[in-house]
Amino acid sequence: MDAKIYFKEKFENSNIASGELGSFQQKNWNTFYTLGLPELKHEEWKYTKIKNLFKDDLIYTLDKSSIESNDIQQFVLPGTENANRIVFVNGIFQQAMTNLTDSVLVVESLEEASKNENKSFVETHLGCSHPYHQDGINALNASFANGGVFIKVNKNTVLNNPIVIYHIADCQSGLRFSQPRILVNIEESAEATLLETYHNIGNHESLTNEVNEICVEKDARFRYIKLQNEAKGANHTGTTQIQQLGKSFTHSVTITLDGGVVRNNLNMIMKAEFGESHLYGLYLLDGDTQADNHTIVDNALPNCYSNELYKGIMDGKSSGTFNGKIFVRKDAQKTNAYQSNKNILIGEQASANTKPQLEIFADDVKCSHGCTIGKLDEDALFYLRARGISEKNAQAMLLHAFALDILQQVEIEGLKNHIDQLISERLSFNS
Amino acid sequence: MLSINNLQARIEEKEILKGINLDIKPGEIHAIMGPNGSGKSTLASVLAGRADYEVTGGSVDFLGKDLLDMSPEDRAKEGLFLAFQYPVEIPGVSTTNFIKTAVNEKRKYNGQEPLDAAQFLRTMKEKMKLVEIDQSLLSRSLNEGFSGGEKKRNEIFQMAMLEPKLAILDETDSGLDIDALRIVANGVNTLRSKDNAFLIVTHYQRLLDYIVPDFVHVLYNGRIVKSGTKELAFELEEKGYDFIKAEVNEAAL
Repeated sequence: MDAKIYFKEKFENSNIASGELGSFQQKNWNTFYTLGLPELKHEEWKYTKIKNLFKDDLIYTLDKSSIESNDIQQFVLPGTENANRIVFVNGIFQQAMTNLTDSVLVVESLEEASKNENKSFVETHLGCSHPYHQDGINALNASFANGGVFIKVNKNTVLNNPIVIYHIADCQSGLRFSQPRILVNIEESAEATLLETYHNIGNHESLTNEVNEICVEKDARFRYIKLQNEAKGANHTGTTQIQQLGKSFTHSVTITLDGGVVRNNLNMIMKAEFGESHLYGLYLLDGDTQADNHTIVDNALPNCYSNELYKGIMDGKSSGTFNGKIFVRKDAQKTNAYQSNKNILIGEQASANTKPQLEIFADDVKCSHGCTIGKLDEDALFYLRARGISEKNAQAMLLHAFALDILQQVEIEGLKNHIDQLISERLSFNS
Repeated sequence: MLSINNLQARIEEKEILKGINLDIKPGEIHAIMGPNGSGKSTLASVLAGRADYEVTGGSVDFLGKDLLDMSPEDRAKEGLFLAFQYPVEIPGVSTTNFIKTAVNEKRKYNGQEPLDAAQFLRTMKEKMKLVEIDQSLLSRSLNEGFSGGEKKRNEIFQMAMLEPKLAILDETDSGLDIDALRIVANGVNTLRSKDNAFLIVTHYQRLLDYIVPDFVHVLYNGRIVKSGTKELAFELEEKGYDFIKAEVNEAAL
């Protein structure tokens, strides 16, 4: 399809917001119209054939869909039954489907937030991920940002329950395109956990283009989990940016178990001294699934700590990519930044790409990175088999053990056990 | 029980076993001794089915079946056990879960019902006493961070749990202090019966002070060059391996 022509019509017929948010949309539309969709020759998109996913039968709508609250129930994950529920259908925030178990939590449409007491926050921080992703795909999302949500956890508030964002794509009549937009403010000394999960209804494919920008203020603690276990026809490109505006603690776990072409950008922007950040990822792939994790840890000020561990298991013809950037700006002395990416290839035709990228402009820092791509340890395999454990089970045990240190980072007990079970089933099924 | 006939094996291009003949009957304990590099550990590995070694000739009969034709897991399920010289550390695999899987896969193979949690726990407690192994060790990842002695005791513990017909102990005594050696030997002595057999691979005679073998074989340069009773072990201890080497080299001239 010709994306420019298709979306031009959509944009012109959409009701863009008034005021600053409207100008933001218009400005980004102009960017998209100039740049178009990223091509493979674009270094950042070398392994993600994003353009091919915009097929002729793509459907993009901005109005209400027929999906109802009751349809969500089937997607509720163990351990999150009491969570604060936020729902996007086809990329549009559904105010009516919101269900908050922590009454202090603020959840409203981005358009509303751009006009009330949150106006200046929205104006300052909406689009904070754009400098890191100056491409058409990011701009396309921003062009339709008024369908997004604003979430705020007030100062000194510790949420009792996690926030779960359900992204539902109605794929009953064709390839569904969705563009969720999220802006989150975790205020001073607040604590919250946010989980995002993605689900298709119907048998057609889906393509999601998401941008989620999260600001974490002084002494706040924020945990983030992104779980992708969609159908093979579910394609995804998403950017999550977590900005530490004050000295704070952030922790993220990105788990990709299924999908078509999946591209996850995760940015940890450390804008205050003594920030602490943890980034974990697991991709367990088979079939033709292609998962591409691009992470950025950007240290602007001194004395920050970050630790990153991504692990991949590739079976079938799947391919996993990890691209990990660490920036240490010239003022960011005493930065401690660690990065590790480990991959195991099971399928003969599976592949892995790994690319650490460290750019260090300060001279008193500790940074390390390491990556491995290999097969299962033959000695360990033989040891298990020599005790009478079949090759298949021995392999499954070792792969499960490999995935375990990422899985253990999921702090919601019921959810962790659920993912553990998904992984165990997958491993014994495939290997 | 085990009948090895003219067994030859190599790793890559290097010929290591050059024709081993050995018969082991139920109730017997055999010790294989020999200088470093004589092929002792290779013999243990080939019997257990390690793929790094290529069998180039000969045959091995185990309880009426062609051992060399079986996968490592089937050999184990038929009743062969190898206590590793270097037990592998496997982070993320719990020792208990591993042993339970092994025990139940073997039971299934032999047409028995799997042990339920309570039965398994009971058996485990009983066998733990035997090798004086601590519960806390078994709740940890397999061999991860275990001391040398703990790893070897864990091997004997697994042997006790799996109740093999033939157990091969590959230099189980290496790196053990006297106390650990006694515990390991005690485990073996308690488990020995008229129905099972042991093949003890060792470099030194000292383990044989605790586990008294019925037969001692000296492996040198890929062949068993001398067999005898436990007195042979004492002779080796006294004279060293040089006299064997001298005898063999003399015979070759």
